[in-house]
Amino acid sequence: MLNSTLASLSRELAAKKLSSVEASEYYINRINRLSNKYNCFITLNEELSLAQARAADQLRAAGRAQPLTGVPIAQKDIFCTKGWLTTCGSKILSNFVSPYDAHVVERLNAAGAVNLGKTNMDEFAMGSSNETSYYGPVKNPWDVSTVPGGSSGGSAAAVAARLVPAATGTDTGGSIRQPAALTGISGLKPTYGVVSRYGMIAFASSLDQAGPMARTAEDLALMLNAMAGFDERDSTSLRRDPEDYGRDLARPIAGLRVGLPKEFFADGVSPDVAKALDEAIAQYKKLGCEMVEVALPNMALSVPVYYVLAPAEASSNLARFDGARYGYRAKEYADLLDMYKRTRAEGFGAEVKRRILIGTYVLSHGYYDAYYIRAQKLRRLIAQDFAAAFEKCDIIMGPTTPTTAFKLGEKAADPVQMYLSDIYTIAVNLAGLPGMSIPCGFDGKGLPVGLQIIGDYFREAQMLNVAHQYQLATDWHERMPSGILSEG
Amino acid sequence: MKWETVIGLETHAQLSTRSKIFSGAATAYGAAPNVQACAVDIALPGVLPVLNREVVTKAIRLGLAVGARINPRSIFARKNYFYPDLPKGYQISQYEIPIVEGGSLTVLVDGQEKTVRLTRAHLEEDAGKSLHEDYHGATGIDLNRAGTPLLEIVTEPDMRSAAEAVAYARALHALVRWIDICDGNMQEGSFRCDANVSVRPAGSDKLGTRTEIKNLNSFRFLERAIEFEVRRQIEVIEDGGTIVQETRLYDSDRDETRTMRTKEDAHDYRYFPDPDLLPLAITPAWVDEVRAGLPELPQAKCARFIAEYGLTAYDAAVLTGSREMAAYFEQAARGAEAQTAKLCANWIAGNLSARLNESNLEIEASKIGPEMLRGLIDRVVDGTISGKIAKDVFDAMWGGEARGRNAAETIIAARGWKQISDSGEIEKIVDQVLAANPQQVADYRSGKEKAFNSLVGQAMKATKGKANPQQVNEILKRKLGG
Repeated sequence: MLNSTLASLSRELAAKKLSSVEASEYYINRINRLSNKYNCFITLNEELSLAQARAADQLRAAGRAQPLTGVPIAQKDIFCTKGWLTTCGSKILSNFVSPYDAHVVERLNAAGAVNLGKTNMDEFAMGSSNETSYYGPVKNPWDVSTVPGGSSGGSAAAVAARLVPAATGTDTGGSIRQPAALTGISGLKPTYGVVSRYGMIAFASSLDQAGPMARTAEDLALMLNAMAGFDERDSTSLRRDPEDYGRDLARPIAGLRVGLPKEFFADGVSPDVAKALDEAIAQYKKLGCEMVEVALPNMALSVPVYYVLAPAEASSNLARFDGARYGYRAKEYADLLDMYKRTRAEGFGAEVKRRILIGTYVLSHGYYDAYYIRAQKLRRLIAQDFAAAFEKCDIIMGPTTPTTAFKLGEKAADPVQMYLSDIYTIAVNLAGLPGMSIPCGFDGKGLPVGLQIIGDYFREAQMLNVAHQYQLATDWHERMPSGILSEG
Repeated sequence: MKWETVIGLETHAQLSTRSKIFSGAATAYGAAPNVQACAVDIALPGVLPVLNREVVTKAIRLGLAVGARINPRSIFARKNYFYPDLPKGYQISQYEIPIVEGGSLTVLVDGQEKTVRLTRAHLEEDAGKSLHEDYHGATGIDLNRAGTPLLEIVTEPDMRSAAEAVAYARALHALVRWIDICDGNMQEGSFRCDANVSVRPAGSDKLGTRTEIKNLNSFRFLERAIEFEVRRQIEVIEDGGTIVQETRLYDSDRDETRTMRTKEDAHDYRYFPDPDLLPLAITPAWVDEVRAGLPELPQAKCARFIAEYGLTAYDAAVLTGSREMAAYFEQAARGAEAQTAKLCANWIAGNLSARLNESNLEIEASKIGPEMLRGLIDRVVDGTISGKIAKDVFDAMWGGEARGRNAAETIIAARGWKQISDSGEIEKIVDQVLAANPQQVADYRSGKEKAFNSLVGQAMKATKGKANPQQVNEILKRKLGG
């Protein structure tokens, strides 16, 4: 069962070769043995998990099973989960037990999935290494001295370490794709608006989008089928007919025009990543794809634009964490203002404070036009670049990250270096496009490399098809980190 | 020096929707603290706002009623500041592009028409309430009001006196109730005004420094606060001082305004478009649909009352003070000649209104319905009773002596109040009065006109007011002259 995919578990459950309780216990056992090693989880609750597993088995016995019924997964701790501690990686929510379920949680519960735990993450999803979590850094199963990426680092590491077959993630500037790349798994950020943000604790509302993390494109399709869908409680949720994201998996991709943005293959990419990418492109050519050079001339602006807009929204989104109604409150304070100050000074970590400060600054009187308004204009240009590129190609490919996993602590003191690790992923969020990362090889140290696939709006099914065809021809996604077999 | 007062008003009208502007929680007033605050209202992590369509419809109604432009695309922004009754740490409000722009309201001030231009009207959510009493050393927070829909209606600085400001506020108050977008309950805070006040030398076209007086929740407070503030500003300037731009509070107990916060400690609200809400798009079809559902507006109705019933501008304005009063009048005056219509107007604006006020009743709950009142007025017009007796009949009707369209007739018959119009009978009474008052007769004949009135009074008294006063006059004159 160790290397089972969601799809294979689903088939075994359907064939009644396996019960949900058995599958859940198998993974709970692995989590109990290994979760300390990687620090993937913030909260585990065996009782709640097994109750869900038993309910799933009953559902199946009653003949009412769906594809995900009884399949174990994990939820990023950014999703409000009824009865579960929901911390968002922060001290300020260290005592917050959610009274309600996020839309994503509701959907996965309704699909019969069993939640094995809440995964660790960068505090309020602000980080690219999982080092900003109040609950300690997550370690990369491929090398525990390296980071798993972030902010969905707990979900990524848990899937890579085979502690769960799939998990949820969220992606504001690369938080699904970057950790997927650094841990050798597959992750998809859908088109903005495909998955409801209701109950997903907001970082930057206009960029945040939830998506699945798993080992294969086929599993991502299964997860996305459950997660996606219109939700009237989110005004940015899109009212579209439900679709089967796995419907095109088997379709041949010969003749597909793959756009290679020259900006993605410039100096910033490390040689190991470039080499793995060249091989992936060669593979796609073998599958009959046609390579087209495209340009994204404003891509270099995406990091600065992002670090104006995302902190601006975050500074306002995080204002509700004031200690007044829920969450952490400073033990001692002189008056109301002092309560706010101490609660937030003690409750937020350094990176969150940095972004609140940046955001407050760029929205301030006299700076708003120079920063926020200009960034919004550039955001539109970046989206227009993609629109122009998609005139010439069907899909875009490039690196997910400039390098493979870096060492714990290596970039923690240098925020700008840290921010640049998302240079290839951020533009996709700014444009609201769907993007994904799949494993496409290893560097010289045996650390995984990710291939980024960017689709036009609502082309998730096509992207999954393109990824699946590659995964039929390669076995990068089946490789396992060696350390996950032992506890040491 | 002569000074000119310049006033602009910002009015918060609470829109009378069942649920809140961005959540499904109820808006009803007076519930126990926090029972009408849902996850969205208390700003739990992860919750999102969804705009209430009815709120938009009501804002469009106001825009159409004041002849304003309805923006096809308006934007909700976040106004960021920390306060315990503001759970999200920001208020969602329209900032750069409001739903309604322009328009005007014409009001009557001392018989003169005055047009007040509107700058804009924008949608926003109300905050919760801090409760400082009842909690020793602590503050209670009630979030029932958080997220209640408000329409903030802003005027140009077009008013030149407290009286004009009050006239505008009253007209707006009547209008929002007329078009059914706000219950207008000022005690409950459903309709409250902020006044921007400045003074300048008469004839100057430069605006003086203004102060803003917050949260005036009665027309009397509005008037007194402005009057106080104008006096204060003039005194400060005449004493050689300057006015500081600031927000002031009106203390009704001491009848004065005092500083709440100055411009220096004004917040930087860091407005930016709320990314959780899409721009509000309003199609022409939506506007048309709302327009079709609007009632006849007060000004149109007022003009029609003048043309159709021959009312004076003043009477027509009084009767169009509320939709209910106008409807009452129209029912009472149905098919009436000008004389009858005028009497209907007088009775409604006079006795009926006074009686309703005394009994604290709305006109819809009047004990005398419009047809019942018309029955009474018809008996005055056809001479069955005098205007004086009519008041007694009215009281009897109010007291419930008879009901329905024929109530007046029933009471007149039962009480024997029918007017004496038989000139033979009146002549007999006049003769008796003349015989009994030789002194007055002598006085009159010696030129004291006053004595005549006394004799009329005696005659009326002798008939318990039932004699037709005109006939009494004529007969007396004839007899005294002869």
